[in-house]
Amino acid sequence: MSDENPPIEPGGTPETGPEPGKGGMLPVHPDALRADREAAGPDAVRQPADTPAPQPKRTLGQAFLDELWADNAFTVTLLAIVLAAIVGAVLMVLGDEPTRQQWAYFFYQPGKTLSASWDLVSSAYGNMFKGSIIDPDSFNRWIWGVDNVTWQRVMYPISETLTFAAPLIFTGLASALPFRAGLFNIGGQGQAIMGAIGGATVGFAFSAPGATAWILSTLAGALFGALYGLIVGVLKARTGAHEVIVTIMMNYIALLFLGWYILQKGIHDPNRPDAISKPVHPQAMFPKIFGPTATDAGLRANLGIVLALLAAWGVSWLLRRGTFGFELRAVGYNQDAARTAGMSVGLTLALTMGLAGALAGLGGVTMVHGDARALSADVVGQIGFNGILVALLGRVKPWGVVWAGLLFGAMTAGGLRMQADPGISTELVTVIQALIVMFVAAPMLVKAIFRLRKSPSSAAHVGLAQG
Amino acid sequence: MTARVHKNLAHAPAMRSAGTRRSPLRLELRGITKRFGDLVANDQISLTVEPGEIHALLGENGAGKSTLMNVLYGLLQPDEGEILVDGRPIKIKGPGDAIAAGIGMVHQHFMLVPVFTVTDNVMLGAEQIRGPGGFLDHAKARKLVVDVSHQYGLPVDPDAVVEDLPIGVQQRVEIVKALTRDVDLLILDEPTAVLTPQETDELLDVMRGLKAAGKSIVFITHKLREVKAVADRITVIRRGRTVGTAAPDAPESELADLMVGRSVLLRVEKDEAVPGRPVLSIADLVVADDRGLQAVGGISLEVRAGEVLGVAGVQGNGQTELVEAVMGLRPIAAGSIKLLDDDVTAWGTRKILDAGVGYIPEDRGVDGLVREFSVAENLVLDTYAKSPNGTRFALNRSKIESGAAEKISEYDIRTRSPLHAVGTLSGGNQQKVIVARELSRKLQLLVAAQPTRGVDVGSIEFIHKRIVAERDTGSGVLLVSSELDEVLSLADRVAVMYRGRVLAIVSPDTPRDEIGLLMAGITGKQPLPADTPGEVREAAGDTETPDAEADGEETAS
Repeated sequence: MSDENPPIEPGGTPETGPEPGKGGMLPVHPDALRADREAAGPDAVRQPADTPAPQPKRTLGQAFLDELWADNAFTVTLLAIVLAAIVGAVLMVLGDEPTRQQWAYFFYQPGKTLSASWDLVSSAYGNMFKGSIIDPDSFNRWIWGVDNVTWQRVMYPISETLTFAAPLIFTGLASALPFRAGLFNIGGQGQAIMGAIGGATVGFAFSAPGATAWILSTLAGALFGALYGLIVGVLKARTGAHEVIVTIMMNYIALLFLGWYILQKGIHDPNRPDAISKPVHPQAMFPKIFGPTATDAGLRANLGIVLALLAAWGVSWLLRRGTFGFELRAVGYNQDAARTAGMSVGLTLALTMGLAGALAGLGGVTMVHGDARALSADVVGQIGFNGILVALLGRVKPWGVVWAGLLFGAMTAGGLRMQADPGISTELVTVIQALIVMFVAAPMLVKAIFRLRKSPSSAAHVGLAQG
Repeated sequence: MTARVHKNLAHAPAMRSAGTRRSPLRLELRGITKRFGDLVANDQISLTVEPGEIHALLGENGAGKSTLMNVLYGLLQPDEGEILVDGRPIKIKGPGDAIAAGIGMVHQHFMLVPVFTVTDNVMLGAEQIRGPGGFLDHAKARKLVVDVSHQYGLPVDPDAVVEDLPIGVQQRVEIVKALTRDVDLLILDEPTAVLTPQETDELLDVMRGLKAAGKSIVFITHKLREVKAVADRITVIRRGRTVGTAAPDAPESELADLMVGRSVLLRVEKDEAVPGRPVLSIADLVVADDRGLQAVGGISLEVRAGEVLGVAGVQGNGQTELVEAVMGLRPIAAGSIKLLDDDVTAWGTRKILDAGVGYIPEDRGVDGLVREFSVAENLVLDTYAKSPNGTRFALNRSKIESGAAEKISEYDIRTRSPLHAVGTLSGGNQQKVIVARELSRKLQLLVAAQPTRGVDVGSIEFIHKRIVAERDTGSGVLLVSSELDEVLSLADRVAVMYRGRVLAIVSPDTPRDEIGLLMAGITGKQPLPADTPGEVREAAGDTETPDAEADGEETAS
């Protein structure tokens, strides 16, 4: 019976009175809420204009989504980045031997200490900017025609950023889309690996003329990823197996399969002593977006970023206008209502995971066909896991994911330049990325630090903590 | 709460020989009023629980029983009124205060840690501590559990893990847990809702035992049989108000009447029904509830075109399961369902909806609406993939929105715009969204479950008119409601359900007394219980062998 499912009213809005905890130490009986609804019958004392409606049981994912989309979302993201940069600066100072020693003389020569620290931090972040967006120095020299600096050299940082961003956007979407259906896809990594395997295999096994080559291998990669994701979705729909556990395990399976696969006869590159597959045919590689001549100048940016933007547009369209997107969102918000309206919850969950797998698979394809050319054990890097961070930073909205992916891509590109400074390591970039996401995922912390006005959702947060 | 309980225990270190600290307790609630915003959940409720009595609080779901008890247990603060223990007003700010005052509560949804043992669960929040290091004293806690369960005849294995125990035993653990807190008054909130009939009988025995041991019990329920079996006094609550106090020998029909209410008679103007051919034919339907217990036990019903078949009955007698089975939302154990000429027994919900069945679900917030979706989206929640709203692939947003605007004005849905989240609307308007959605397509059959629950009077009238209008266009209507007035004013025929069976199908002009009796499980041909006064027996039309069970299931039509 429905009244055995306590409706959770997290808002604690004025109409609904106090909020019940979720089976914690101080539960307010759900009947308390039902009572006030039904007190509104014909002979109720006052005629309530607003009868609060019963709420379906909220899942943790749902509560998280609400929190993610609370007020001030944009401000919080921005401040999270600032906070992460500040913490990163402190770490830089602590990590750099000479600067750290200078702090011993803080009271003796505070000015010198602070300026040494400032120099270190500003040059590090300056390098990050130069490595990811534009280096003013090379721009000036190109403008004035000094040292034969070409436009390709000026565009190099941007090209790097776009190269790193493309796969992250794919895997970010692969994490964001299932989130809208109430699923946590931790399996982007495994799906990306399967996508890379599928794409690369078609890429070196069949030679096709012109663009068909890369189109075929892209489709193959998407298909491999989709099937790999679909397994998870079907298990979830059929048996209720939790997708988090299943996807984590399938990440291992994919990784170990890749390690085995690249050593097999016919796959392994006979000309190489190390564990690497044959390279894909040159026609199967993604075209470079800055043209063939730019490639010689090191501009790696390729079709991957274009495909990633198309994918984001596609996901955005699906969620807004697609019939399947409607079902997906309905299932994500309220499975009971979706089922009552005649939707197939199981099918929707399975297809969502399949679609997510396809997106992650395209991320894997982009790694191989955009740049790497051949499969190696770490060909997809950490894009699957970083995709989860990108999805969270992008607040699981398609265009948010694009911006977050670009930011992460820029940080990766800039990080390479940053480590040119002695005493600054690339790992610092990873730390800062993690901090940003941590601050975004804990908006209460950021709001408390910057004393932002409380959003209505903060009540929900407290309710969750109590429950 | 934890801290408070600790404090309480620290002050009574020698306690836990359970039940010796205080004499039986007299509890009085005076004029308790609890409001949630504009709504009055409890309106000037007064009630007295005498020492050592079982006081039943009878009322339908949502009548305000649980709110009242949550006030008493300190989970909610009353807006007005006071609580007196042994004549002395006390302030209960939380469960800790309640326990200190000798009041314990067993919640409908158990507050047990499934992976802990019985002893650990009983100890939780009132840990037995040994030595200066503050180690848990399992031995002492275990002994306490054993002692209490012996003293009150509540057999539990102190070392069993709670999740392995049947529900009935888990409930016993909850009672033991309350008793170890040395309380003299126990609140049992719908304790039988989760129990099988056998477990229920055991619980009733336990309650009698506790009463014999000098404990007072407040017993919340909506089941008449149980009340009559154990209660010393009965207070009936309806819509937040006390509507009467009765002795347990009061006739069940009177209690049912008090519970369901007869105050307002909302008459709906309608013409005589012109029934056509059967739209829905249910034959020998058997359906299980969520616990796997039989909730619908062999029902046969027929809804004809152009008539409203009302299903009356106290809530929880299988109506929910019946409706869900018809809609393809619940597996059917046996029997068949026919829609016009099609056997739809094995059909899925989408197919049933597409065949021209409209469905107003009982719990609109859970099953009827997606709160976060806009009004427009909710208005196409089951027709989004059909022309003109969309195709299999894409939605036609502009058509959906213009269609929504039309329905909003036609059904007078008060919303700022079609794009506002439906969760921001009032209950009545949310319900209108569902009604608008379901009635705006061509229907053969409308299945309406509690269509006006928690809806303001204006909306009730509107929804009733719409349902009658749908009937007049030639659709069949299956109306399920626990509001007898609603059933009587809308239905052309009334089927009375009791414990998963249809006891009788009567005309809506049948005297309310008779229907009240049927709702309590007493059919005309069936003898009444021994303690039922004669005059009501006459109303029921029969007066023989007063000692038989008032079950009446065998005489189902």
